[in-house]
Amino acid sequence: MNEMKHTISVLVENHAGVLSRISGLFSRRGFNIDSLAVGVTDDPEISRITIIVSGDEHTVEQVEKQLNKLVEVIKVKTLKKGEKLERQLVLIKLSVPLEKRSEILTIADITGASVIDISQTTMTLLLADTYPNVLRFEEITKPYGVLEEVRTGTIAIQKGSETMTFKK
Amino acid sequence: MAEKIKVSEAMVECLKAEGIKVVFGYPGAAICPFYDELYKSNIKSVLVRHEVNGGHAANGYARISGKPAVCIATSGPGATNLLTAIATAYADSIPIVCITGQVNSEQIGSDAFQEADITGSAAPFIKHTYLVKDGSMIGRIFKEAFYIAGSGRPGPVLIDVPMDVQNEMIEFSYPKSAVIRSYKPTSKGNALQVKRVIKEIKDAKKPLLCVGGGVFLSNAKKEVRELSERFDLPVVSTMMGISVFESDDERFFGMLGMHGSKTANRAVSECDVLLLVGARVGDRAISNPAIIEKNKRIIHIDIDPAEIGKNITADIPLVGDVKTVVLQILKDAPKLSHSDWISEIKGFDKQSDNKKSKEGKIDPKEFLSRLSEVMGENTHVVADVGQNQIWTATHYKMKKGRFLTSGGMGTMGYAVPAAIGAKLADEKSEVLAICGDGSFQMSFMELATAVQHGADIKVIVMKNNYLGMVREVQDKAYGGRLIAVSLEGSPDFIKLAAAYGINGVSVNDEKSMTEAFELLKKNTPCVIECVVDDFESTL
Repeated sequence: MNEMKHTISVLVENHAGVLSRISGLFSRRGFNIDSLAVGVTDDPEISRITIIVSGDEHTVEQVEKQLNKLVEVIKVKTLKKGEKLERQLVLIKLSVPLEKRSEILTIADITGASVIDISQTTMTLLLADTYPNVLRFEEITKPYGVLEEVRTGTIAIQKGSETMTFKK
Repeated sequence: MAEKIKVSEAMVECLKAEGIKVVFGYPGAAICPFYDELYKSNIKSVLVRHEVNGGHAANGYARISGKPAVCIATSGPGATNLLTAIATAYADSIPIVCITGQVNSEQIGSDAFQEADITGSAAPFIKHTYLVKDGSMIGRIFKEAFYIAGSGRPGPVLIDVPMDVQNEMIEFSYPKSAVIRSYKPTSKGNALQVKRVIKEIKDAKKPLLCVGGGVFLSNAKKEVRELSERFDLPVVSTMMGISVFESDDERFFGMLGMHGSKTANRAVSECDVLLLVGARVGDRAISNPAIIEKNKRIIHIDIDPAEIGKNITADIPLVGDVKTVVLQILKDAPKLSHSDWISEIKGFDKQSDNKKSKEGKIDPKEFLSRLSEVMGENTHVVADVGQNQIWTATHYKMKKGRFLTSGGMGTMGYAVPAAIGAKLADEKSEVLAICGDGSFQMSFMELATAVQHGADIKVIVMKNNYLGMVREVQDKAYGGRLIAVSLEGSPDFIKLAAAYGINGVSVNDEKSMTEAFELLKKNTPCVIECVVDDFESTL
């Protein structure tokens, strides 16, 4: 069986406790979450959760069906490869002596990262990019001495005019 | 402006609007405002002797009445004691609405006295939960809770109400219907799939119908029987599907699975099309679905899309409510005949397990079979869990009554409280609770409940002085090293019954059996102990 990463988008009622129902479902049914990101949508009553899950086709089908059974889940959709845009955000705090500052600026320029904070000895960079690019960015910055790194889960949206918004 | 009432009063109004006549519960400080309003109503409040049994009684009541039933507990330990009953109801898809008291809103999270996060702890095995934060939402929440519990694939729902919320004053009106945009269960089957099902059965040489608990949940006993008749389909059932067909129906071949009949299992293995109706292919029913998938076509009808393809891959999946879907099938179903196949299955049945019992011991299977002959045809039978459950499932001959048991969770102690619930839901019918000496001792305190509330239940205790099923496992798989399975120290069950003012008979020979059968005819609760050999086997 093929263990693949799948991107599942879930529209849920923006109620207290929904996130815990969803994360509880994953642990209870033995599904593996790689990442989970949640935020409210343009409709303040609806939140959108993006879940990256590893597993074969059968697992993903069960994940979708079990999610759909939760009373507060409005819509579930697995976003297909080639039809989705995915990003995650990373914050990296580097140890940077004065003489290395320009090097870091060059790296930021090339990778599309931005410098969001600077101190006598550190620089903090932000990058919002695809998962492989974030990994590459980590590789490149590593030699400079990573003091701290924070990553969000992946969020995803469909390409083109396709949407999964909920019409009232 | 409408007159304001207390939330606790509104909660009682909600129950009245849902047609609730009986509630099962155990009060405590945090649920007192609600109980105080129940006091003023006509709703019968049954005090159980342990919260878990309130849940099981509601479970029995719900199965017989076909509608969600209510149980109540207080906050903290009262609520956590309900958990096993919630899990039991969830595993068998039984609609119960649990109402729990909670500490005052501002105390939540402070580890206050008798505080437990019950909505959080029930989450893995409950259909939905509500923690009421705003008393004005109470009507909507109750309406939704009853709707969710009883619709789609039924299940337990819990409403946790902090004490201060119960005392809030609100303007109240009960909504006529629940509108939940994120909850829309499918009931009608896809027309194309219905056609495929009919074609598949028409083309089959050896089709077999397997009925599960979903048939009862959908109230489709009549329709499913008609389906078997129209297509001339032989039938087997899961444990939850027992009594969909009467045991002596000419097309019925018993329960399948690990503890099922050889005939039923052989029929499953030799059929070419298996039609699963409201059965979820649990591991005790079909232990190796991969083998079955390989050599036959599988049609799977279930209201829960997640059940289709979960345990077994269906060639023809059909999502929908059993009754609705079967009626759709019947609309276009031709009359078929499978008399050769049915006689072939009849030929499987050549086993005879009649053995002579030891002096002073009763063969449990023969006893249950004879018991079914002396009981009225409408008798409901509640089997507990253990050897007694299997003996009852396979040897009690069900007629028009319903067979109830904790099939999915296998919760010991289920029978007595569930029988009380069943009896209060259908007072005209006899209700038998069939237990082992292990399971009976998990809930015999409810004999008091039966006496107090006039629930005339008949309790049968199959006494073999062991936790028989575990003893058997230790015998077979652990070299006979018996540990923690002897029930030595148990009380005299007849004297125990007498302590509750209940008559009893111990059956150990023909004469005492006759006495017991006489006692069962009286309109009072009774306890019959059936003395079984210590080492009696399950099968």
